[in-house]
Amino acid sequence: MGGPLDTVAGLARQLAAREVSSVEVTRAALDRIAALDHALNAFVNVDGDGALAAAAAADAARARGGAGPLAGVPIAHKDVLMTAGLPTTCASRMLATFVAPYDAHVVARLKDAGTVLVGKTNMDEFAMGSSNENSHFGAVRNPWQPACVPGGSSGGSAAAVAARLVPAATGTDTGGSIRQPASYTGVTGLKPTYGRCSRYGLVAFASSLDTPGVFARTAEDCALLLGAMAGPDARDSTSVDRPVDDYAGSLAARPADPSRPLAGLRVGLPAEFFGDGVDGEVARAVDAAVGELRRLGAQTVDVALPRVGLSVPVYYVIAPAEASSNLSRFDGVRYGHRAAEYRDLADMYRRTRAEGFGAEVRRRILIGTYVLSHGYYDAYYLKAQKVRRLIADDFRAAFGRCDVIAGPTAPTAAFRLGDKADDPVQMYLNDIFTIGANLAGLPAMSIPCGFTGDGRPIGLQLHAPAFAEARLLTVAHRFQQATDWHARAPALPPA
Amino acid sequence: MKLTPDDVARIAGLARLEVTPEESLAVQPQLEAIFGLLDQLAAVDTTGVAPLAHPQECFAPLREDRVTEGDQRELLQSVAPAVEDGLYLVPKVIE
Repeated sequence: MGGPLDTVAGLARQLAAREVSSVEVTRAALDRIAALDHALNAFVNVDGDGALAAAAAADAARARGGAGPLAGVPIAHKDVLMTAGLPTTCASRMLATFVAPYDAHVVARLKDAGTVLVGKTNMDEFAMGSSNENSHFGAVRNPWQPACVPGGSSGGSAAAVAARLVPAATGTDTGGSIRQPASYTGVTGLKPTYGRCSRYGLVAFASSLDTPGVFARTAEDCALLLGAMAGPDARDSTSVDRPVDDYAGSLAARPADPSRPLAGLRVGLPAEFFGDGVDGEVARAVDAAVGELRRLGAQTVDVALPRVGLSVPVYYVIAPAEASSNLSRFDGVRYGHRAAEYRDLADMYRRTRAEGFGAEVRRRILIGTYVLSHGYYDAYYLKAQKVRRLIADDFRAAFGRCDVIAGPTAPTAAFRLGDKADDPVQMYLNDIFTIGANLAGLPAMSIPCGFTGDGRPIGLQLHAPAFAEARLLTVAHRFQQATDWHARAPALPPA
Repeated sequence: MKLTPDDVARIAGLARLEVTPEESLAVQPQLEAIFGLLDQLAAVDTTGVAPLAHPQECFAPLREDRVTEGDQRELLQSVAPAVEDGLYLVPKVIE
């Protein structure tokens, strides 16, 4: 596809060849957002003037020569990432009027690469949710079926890329918040290794799990963006000082046998990802995708992740515990909402926090406070950290026998708005296949691999060992070179 | 696990969250169902297993001991609900 709705790689080529200008491409994105987003609600804030100014600067840099490879490509950031001078709300009343004083590390890196920020995307409040229904600014609609959710928590970024409002957007993934919405909206989503991208300026939810990553239409685009975002940062003590691989270069390398580009690759299939809990249409699409990997030369091996079923309870101890601690900073003193009326300091805290946080955030703060409270810490938080190690050990053992692990991203395709809103346990169980990668800190992707009979996208999930993003992206790229699921677009008006 | 309204009130107090009696009634069965899920962990044998706090098991690196941030008080206080003369304003805490 040429023109302003091209992929990141395509736009970068067109911009480098001076076939289009960034101002044209950015204006096309802004026009499309203006035309379509009232129905989707993917954006919470669009910065048209800032975007056009950045686009003009990118065009000038291209004209001078020496501009970065992504110079002039319009993107969006999830509204949990700090963007200097722009509102950063976390889709919460608590931060509804908050303007970020500085840029997150990944935001600064993508700005340095020349990308043009068009706006901030909607999300579940403070990244807590799997449906994007927990937003102070209202739910996001799935571009494929407006009655369905786009998934969460990065639902706005996923919907924006699926609807071709922007070619790429950042997300964050704490328990599946990039991969599950990527699956639900038919786009490619990458959660890198924990520590690969800095968390500086990512408003903290669960610090030992939070991971910045990206949405795009192709693995090739994810490789370009990760190459710009990844790298050590002294301001995040969990950022790992390790050289960044040449992801785009890995994808461009020619396979020895072009008819069998995945020859020699061992794909692990855990029985736990292919059981009764998976919807029939999802299981058939994932089986067919695994067949395609075999056709491309990969061999499949059975592996076991015997304790991965415990991921959900482990996660829903660790994530709320860390959230209750992180969110204690919202006290109405230094930033954010403050209640209008209160009796004293303690009452100001209680009212500010009750007014500022939505129902799901309050629920998770209560869970986290309980599991960390006197007498329960060992039984819950410490116990969960021990089982977390057992789950990480399961992945390590499985990777002794295979190079990547494949399975469905989610047990079902996108569900309807409201279907799980009153049943937190059902909502939490939906994360069963994605949480493992967060607990073990591994890179994982969701790539489009089919549709349900009624037209809802289905995602194939791939996991790789820590820091093997180049391998993960290459496998996804080979699959996308042989299939066209990722190129399908929802029926929306053309730009 | 059964929770009483007193339990919910105690947790909410620790969390500095105002919870109305109606909200407490609504949230209590939800928390009980969630803890029913979490209580699966009790049955797992974790004898001799060390807790995992950071997936890459690396140590916090030390940086050079020098000043890297200048005075940003005005910028950082520009997002505060109430400030005066460079100070954050809070309700009186000492009588």
